[in-house]
Amino acid sequence: MSLILLAEQTLNGLQFGVMLFLMAAGLTLIFGVMGLINLAHGSLYMVGAFAAAGMAAATGSFMLALIASLVAAAIAGVLIELTVIRRLYDRDHLDQVLATFALILIFSEGTRWVFGSFPLFLDKPAFLSGTVTLPFNVEYSVYRLSLIVVGILVAIGLFWMIAKTRIGIRIRAGENDREMIGALGVDISRLYTMVFALGAALAGLAGALIGAIQSVQVGMGEPVLILAFVVIVIGGIGSIKGALIGAILVGLTDTLGRFLLPQAFALILEPSQATSVGSSLASMSIYILMAGILLFRPKGLLGGA
Amino acid sequence: MKKETLLNAVLIALFVGVALAAWIMDEPYLITLATKAAIFAIAGVGLNFALGFGGLVSFGHAVFFGLGGYAMGILAFHAQTYTPILEWPFAINGTRSMPVIWGVAIVVSAVVAVGIGALSLRTNGVYFIMITLAFAQMFYYFAISWPTYGGEDGLSIYVRNEFPGLNTMDPIQYFAICFTLLLLVLFCVHRAAHSSFGLMLRAARQNEERVQAVGHTPFRLYLTAFVISGAITGLAGALFADLNRFVSPTLLSWHTSGEIMIFVILGGVGRVFGPVAGAALFILLEYVLGGLSEFWQIYLGAILLGVVLFARGGLYGLIAGREVAHD
Repeated sequence: MSLILLAEQTLNGLQFGVMLFLMAAGLTLIFGVMGLINLAHGSLYMVGAFAAAGMAAATGSFMLALIASLVAAAIAGVLIELTVIRRLYDRDHLDQVLATFALILIFSEGTRWVFGSFPLFLDKPAFLSGTVTLPFNVEYSVYRLSLIVVGILVAIGLFWMIAKTRIGIRIRAGENDREMIGALGVDISRLYTMVFALGAALAGLAGALIGAIQSVQVGMGEPVLILAFVVIVIGGIGSIKGALIGAILVGLTDTLGRFLLPQAFALILEPSQATSVGSSLASMSIYILMAGILLFRPKGLLGGA
Repeated sequence: MKKETLLNAVLIALFVGVALAAWIMDEPYLITLATKAAIFAIAGVGLNFALGFGGLVSFGHAVFFGLGGYAMGILAFHAQTYTPILEWPFAINGTRSMPVIWGVAIVVSAVVAVGIGALSLRTNGVYFIMITLAFAQMFYYFAISWPTYGGEDGLSIYVRNEFPGLNTMDPIQYFAICFTLLLLVLFCVHRAAHSSFGLMLRAARQNEERVQAVGHTPFRLYLTAFVISGAITGLAGALFADLNRFVSPTLLSWHTSGEIMIFVILGGVGRVFGPVAGAALFILLEYVLGGLSEFWQIYLGAILLGVVLFARGGLYGLIAGREVAHD
């Protein structure tokens, strides 16, 4: 095992983590402010990816594709917020889970209906393809590196928005006491729609960015959605800082687990057995991590009351 | 007679009627559909025990459905290939006997439910939903990456397992087995729901503090309910695997958890017979809408959305009134 390979895998883990953060940030915001579990968040991710693939196919521009993903996901988010989600804020979690599960069925089958079952492909832009040599002779894909940068920039932007801007103040106030800020003259339902659209846009962006390294297909959002749930449960639901920590933790655990566990088992088992035991354990590792964390902190790492 | 009791009777008559009519008209596919509905109903009744009576929104019941399925798959696979499951420290062989397989499915599901329940019940609300989902995913990915039993491709069993005195490959006879088990499960759940344990459980759902104040431990009530619930769903998984003679990780996927939840909701949460109506309705929708369009799940989604938004209480709520009897 070379250290260069380890460094590369660590970067992959980090890249996976920041992309998970884009998903998880929206989920945790929506939960924190509106108290809603949104299973359809993965569908918004898919909508973003499909919009990007469609725009890239039509214009050939990656930047336009990214903008299309943001806009399409935000519009889809606003649409479902106005028609369905809005009615769910006062319901119990069971109703929310079921209604948003129903939305997944509609989105997935609808997309299959429009685009067919074959995966689409979204190409990386030319100026971001190829590799770059980092310090210590680590060769790394420029695109993945730029994903890390974009993720970190979005995280900084989000923290700044929550901490410093008027809308951020309203969001925090909405988390603490929705009746009070309503009484102070803030239009709650518009605030909710805006938060939902913001979360949706982030999910759509993540879908487009990831779509360029994986294929764009129906159902692509679901594995990511579940990972994003693991992230916000680990981090503490409602906490954006928790989502960031959880996302990095999950990204690193998953990637490094897949890389290191088979090698670790190879020290004590025969090679073929080591691969199967190691990879099965690796695919379970983040769930074990989550169960472990909840055992000691039932409300997640940064979860409050 | 209350409306709800009447509806229960109609439902049972409908099951028997459809199966018998299909048998007389020699329509084995319809019998298989009725069997599938009966099996899904068992799974739903299982989930309803935790969800409806205990208020435990488990989004991971696919674990138990899948474990039941794999219990059947693994036992029958070893019987089929004449290889022992375990040679050391003591020999365990596969089996093709349904009652034994059911027993194993129930016990394994119950044991796993103790573990998952004990950990998950430390949390509540959304965390509970998410952690049960995560456990289900854990088993799902394990089943996918563990190559011994087919991994992602699953396991095929060539012949349905045996039940003494019956030919299980005959659709109507297998329906009879599954339907009888459904009735048995319904009877047990009805008794349990009206026992002092069931009453305490429902009380705990409504007001934990009061239950604690009269000297009960809500955690224990919940855990017991969760284990019973998991065991019933495990039985359904074994039956479903035997119906298809095939098990795959799909049984463990979160879509399965969602579907079991749909049976409960379509029928009516917290009513003993609710999931039976829900499962029957689900199969009916799948059959009718599936015939209309390849993309029938769009309509299923729309109907589900409608039920959740406008018809809370499901089919039972619509017909028998929203009020759950205060008897």
